[in-house]
Amino acid sequence: MSRFTFPPPPPSPEADILRAEIRAFLANELNHRAPLDRAQSWNGLDPAFSRKLGQRGWLGLTWPKAYGGQERSGLERYVLLEELLAAGAPVGAHWIAERQSGPSLLRYGTEAQKSAILPRIAAGECFFCIGMSEPDSGSDLASVRTKAVRDGDGWRVNGTKLWTTNATHCHFMILFCRTGPPDREHRHAGTSQFIVDLSLPGITIRPVRNLLGEHHFNEVVFEDATLPEDALLGREGEGWAQVTGELAYERSGPERFLSSFWLLVELVRALQPAADARAEIALGRLGAQLITLRRMSRSVAGLLQAGADPALEAAMVKDLGALVEQEIPEIARDLLAEGPPTLQSRTFAQVLAYTALHAPSFSLRGGTREILRGIIARGLGLR
Amino acid sequence: MDSPSGFQADEAGAMLRETADRLLADRLTPQARAQAAEGEWPDDVWAALDEVGLPAAILPEEAGGFGVPVADALSLLTVAGRHALPLPLADTMLAGLLLARAGIQVPAGPLAVAQGSDVRLDRAGRATGQAWGVPWGRHARAVVVLADSPGGPVLIALPQAALTVEPGTDIAGDPSDAVRFEAVSAEGAPAPFGAADLRAAGAATRALMIAGALGAVGTMTVGYAGERRQFGRAIGQFQAVQQSLAVLAGQAASAAAAADLAAEAVAAWAASPGPGLLPAVAAAKIRTGEAAGQAVAIAHQVHGAIGFTEEHRLHHYTGRLRAWRDAFGRESEWAQVLGRHLIAAGPEGLWPAITAV
Repeated sequence: MSRFTFPPPPPSPEADILRAEIRAFLANELNHRAPLDRAQSWNGLDPAFSRKLGQRGWLGLTWPKAYGGQERSGLERYVLLEELLAAGAPVGAHWIAERQSGPSLLRYGTEAQKSAILPRIAAGECFFCIGMSEPDSGSDLASVRTKAVRDGDGWRVNGTKLWTTNATHCHFMILFCRTGPPDREHRHAGTSQFIVDLSLPGITIRPVRNLLGEHHFNEVVFEDATLPEDALLGREGEGWAQVTGELAYERSGPERFLSSFWLLVELVRALQPAADARAEIALGRLGAQLITLRRMSRSVAGLLQAGADPALEAAMVKDLGALVEQEIPEIARDLLAEGPPTLQSRTFAQVLAYTALHAPSFSLRGGTREILRGIIARGLGLR
Repeated sequence: MDSPSGFQADEAGAMLRETADRLLADRLTPQARAQAAEGEWPDDVWAALDEVGLPAAILPEEAGGFGVPVADALSLLTVAGRHALPLPLADTMLAGLLLARAGIQVPAGPLAVAQGSDVRLDRAGRATGQAWGVPWGRHARAVVVLADSPGGPVLIALPQAALTVEPGTDIAGDPSDAVRFEAVSAEGAPAPFGAADLRAAGAATRALMIAGALGAVGTMTVGYAGERRQFGRAIGQFQAVQQSLAVLAGQAASAAAAADLAAEAVAAWAASPGPGLLPAVAAAKIRTGEAAGQAVAIAHQVHGAIGFTEEHRLHHYTGRLRAWRDAFGRESEWAQVLGRHLIAAGPEGLWPAITAV
């Protein structure tokens, strides 16, 4: 089992100072927000709030100053993220751009791409979505059929992307698609990534409502959409390596165990002023899980900062994190006796319903439970 | 709480663990294990541990230690877990740590801390009462208990000669005795901590041993799944088995992370007792206990019938995992401690209470 190591996170006094600043800022910004809004976690969308974070220098915190960043540590960024999530801040607008599109650009982008886009992300003015899944390609990402072919000086794209969160609010998509013929022997070959300006002709975005009737998902259809030559991100044919490189960033963060956290806050509020032993025990068990996951997630942040590749550890954090996120509404619903509705119990019931109905998505998005466990099994040498 | 050592390999700890690992691989033979299972004291294994000073590694230099940071010394217990050690290394270290903190001379030889006790002190300071859940009590040179006194808690080291032992065993078959004592003039001193902290320090030792044992059980189970062939292939090739093993690995890793938290909290507490001990140890004991439950089930499922035999070493681990998760407080006991703490923090204080651990 020593293949999975979660070393103690390194100390970061700067991060402790930053934490106090963030708490003060958020207390001021979020106090007037309704519990149901705060329960939306990183689905909550508020471009104005994202711009405020940008103005404070809190987007792209670790990036080079030349591209709008602050050159601060990954552990400071970690503190920023967990404080935002725990407070139920509406971070959805910039979340993907800051978490993975920006870092991908930093790693694979040309000088021109980086200078043009990164400062805008850091300012909270430019949002990205992920162009990976398709109608027939979910967990099996290598089977994508959307295709970009060379066309004069640029590329012509045809195909359909699905489950594209927030596409209607985004300026760009990082598109993962085929640029070479499928090869049964080398399934991952012949794929590439592109930075797609979503305002280009030939791109149609249609909403797909989720089971709560909300519009986060979209279908993005490419019909002879023409991309300029410089839309290619990184190297042609290297799409698979690039896209899997994003995953440690995508899977290990505090959003992988804090999605239901606001429900826990409302539960603790509803249990005041005193709780019975059953509630105390239930809270204690959930607290132990969160405390441990936070330790593991900070450990991965430390590994990332040290230049390691903790993709396996990240898969583990996400797998364990989703279990807790899904357990919170299951336990919360059983703890409060049904009495006459009060303002407090109505709020609790609303947040509970919202979180419970969202919970199935926690072990689907960003890699299903089964895929993650397959990755862990591979790490154990079993496949 | 951050580790003071951060990402630098903790060299003292690594050396200690390596020494213990080699020593136990060499000395804890099947014969020694069988001897322990029969209720005999495997004296040569203990003597070997004692010779290299492992039971004293946790003590400050003035109490007979050799200046190893407490967190590093505690990490020895993951090695004890990795070998399913049938000896009271954890208990001797725990007793030494508590006695040294109270300024009481640490006796040589194996020691124990009672998991529960009822002690009365007379005017002359003599102790009468009983203690139970005393690991290896019959072999302990002294049993440590906490007594109430008008001046606050008093820590007492009851000498072996003054004890009447009622032998018992835990679920793994390791000694867990009750002891009675009457009007014993034992060495005692005001304790700079209360019963809750003592229990937490004990719970931390079990969390660390659970973490070590889960690592071994994981390695053993993955190894077996790679060797055992059915339907023409290794059972580890089947997705259903792979998914179970991934869960086992996750539980083992989670337990290890939780146990690290406990070790750091005990180390900080040993330097300066504070309120940070209970939430961290509570989280660790709950999480390692839960992980042990899941991992034991999966390990047995994957090992099949052979893992259910006396001959197979799996039960040395799974039995002790069950015993250790029960010792010094089960999950529900610690969950109530942690849950009460979190609820008392209130909706605004919940998150700060979590980040404070």
